[in-house]
Amino acid sequence: MADKKTLGGHDKKFLMGLLESMHRIRAFEEKAGQMYGLRKIGGFCHLYSGQEAVAVGVISALDLSTDYVLTGYRDHGHALACGMDPKAAMAELYGKAAGCSKGKGGSMHFFDAGKHMLGGNGIVGAQIPVAAGVAFAQAYRGRLSGSQPTGATVCFFGDGAIHQGAFHEAFNLAGIWKLPLILVVENNQWGMGTSWKKVSSNEDFSAMAGAYAAHGEAVDGMDVLAVHDAAVRAVKRAKAAGEPALLEARTYRYKGHSMSDPQKYRTREEVETYRARDPILLLEGRMEEAGLLSAREKEALRAEAEAIAEEAAAFAEASPEPAADELYTDVYADRESGETAPSEASWQS
Amino acid sequence: MAVLTYREALNRALDEELARDDRVLLMGEEVGEYDGAYKVSKGLLAKYGPNRVLDTPITELGFTGLGVGAAMAGLRPVVEWMTHNFALLALDQVVNEAAKMRYMSGGQFSVPIVFRGPNGPAEYLASQHSQALESYWAHVPGLKVVAPATPADAYGLLKSAIRDDDPVVMLEAEMMYGLKGEVPDGEFLVPIGKAEVRRPGSDVTLITYSKPLWTVLEAAEELARQGFSAEVLDLRTLRPLDEEAIYASVRKTNRCVVVTESWPQASVASHVAWLVSRNCFDRLDAPVELVSGEDVPMPYNHALELAAQPNVPKVVAAARRVLYAEG
Repeated sequence: MADKKTLGGHDKKFLMGLLESMHRIRAFEEKAGQMYGLRKIGGFCHLYSGQEAVAVGVISALDLSTDYVLTGYRDHGHALACGMDPKAAMAELYGKAAGCSKGKGGSMHFFDAGKHMLGGNGIVGAQIPVAAGVAFAQAYRGRLSGSQPTGATVCFFGDGAIHQGAFHEAFNLAGIWKLPLILVVENNQWGMGTSWKKVSSNEDFSAMAGAYAAHGEAVDGMDVLAVHDAAVRAVKRAKAAGEPALLEARTYRYKGHSMSDPQKYRTREEVETYRARDPILLLEGRMEEAGLLSAREKEALRAEAEAIAEEAAAFAEASPEPAADELYTDVYADRESGETAPSEASWQS
Repeated sequence: MAVLTYREALNRALDEELARDDRVLLMGEEVGEYDGAYKVSKGLLAKYGPNRVLDTPITELGFTGLGVGAAMAGLRPVVEWMTHNFALLALDQVVNEAAKMRYMSGGQFSVPIVFRGPNGPAEYLASQHSQALESYWAHVPGLKVVAPATPADAYGLLKSAIRDDDPVVMLEAEMMYGLKGEVPDGEFLVPIGKAEVRRPGSDVTLITYSKPLWTVLEAAEELARQGFSAEVLDLRTLRPLDEEAIYASVRKTNRCVVVTESWPQASVASHVAWLVSRNCFDRLDAPVELVSGEDVPMPYNHALELAAQPNVPKVVAAARRVLYAEG
């Protein structure tokens, strides 16, 4: 007989899904960090550990058959929460042909067209106007057929991005054209090594929505249910009225900005303070209290997530490198065969 | 065959493509109510309505990026930049988003978008409003760049650009919008990547594109009076370059002058000159010459601004240098 108990109005199946998704991201990032240390992964690698409740809470409020997700360079968590195959994700980190972007994107450029995950963007804030464009297409199609937007678009970015002109220009456009765009600022409090307070004239990011006559809301980014519920409200409004929204999720990243960050700008105590409010532990504790999670189930989820990450790493390790002629494919739509353009040929000869 | 102005030819192309495909839309500053800063979009708002012809705020980065996202999601936006000068504010969205999206995503996403507007020197506009910036775009793999010099090409290349699955940057010119030329009546496309011989000749090849074509054609006329047969090659597309057409002409004439109104360093023209030097080396009877805009910001004073640009005497002199007929 199905468990009738709920937590915050959510049933066990749904809650287990959230927990499982957060565990999988955490385990994936731990494995990615480990493999980076072993030099299996190169370049910039920004881990999402600590912020899982934001991606999982928001994306669980979407219908990815019609909704879209865009994010910045700290994109592993969002991609996995969208349902990207962890093997394809890990293979991408390894630069392998079976990677989600055929080994051409790497950590910062995860894409999955089938899951409506539109990247993975390495320029701070640049994904925000692009996301507004995706929302524009949803509104456009709706308007041409005299109906509502065909879906909503969520754009994730960090506290460092909110001061970019791209954010403000895109938010204004979303306001005047009534775009179903949900902007989620993941305030992890450190823009690389700069405290968000040092560079923010207004410490209430959600208030910036007021500048564009849009809905703004601040939410505890360590509480996946609070994030989810806020996202549900924003998505509903976006789809019904084409009303853009700004959600500020106060969160924290456990790891450095990237793998090369010595983290001299913050104390160990600060990190420990936030680890005590870990999004996974928080949900587990509340589910246990509500009698919705047994010790066995808890351990099984953790073990399963670790096994999936392990399997992803093994897959990535065993996968072939991209063929040499892949260098020249995917530059233009009409030049997909790997043949070189005349100019390229003449430069190489 | 109708005689249309360059702006009317662009307008006809936009009108036909908006009518043909409801994924096509036009956005930019003043494209709607004002009928376009240069009247290219005249009447289109009235005909297609505000959902498909959109006046934007003055936020080039924002609306250019919005166009990129709309294209990723399957629309075919035409983004009008009031001028290419202002497009510098949108450079990131073109270079880092539009041009790279297909590659970075391993081929999962196309960005079928057209960025278009006037480029190059006009008159009395000074440094920030009078510059030829095509080298910025032509530098970038993933972009296509077209630079039509005639109303017929403006029409045919814009239609091809709108139907292309890749991002296309189109260079027009304020000084050409009133230019008249014959445009065939029926629908036609001008293929991207194909140059055109505008005047056949046998002694020297003059390679150019966009507005300077008209200066170069005059120079060819003057050279004819002086007893030299110049072939004028209009590149029409700057990326991908029609290298075959370039080499075919130079291998015939054995002499080459490249003419551009942009600055000389790291320019489309300097690249073409290098390609010719490298790939036609054995056939060249003289070093390739370059006639460019002077290497200075554009001055306001009219005599000075004219002196900063290619003109008939400069082109004729360069041609005579490669013909070893100086003085």
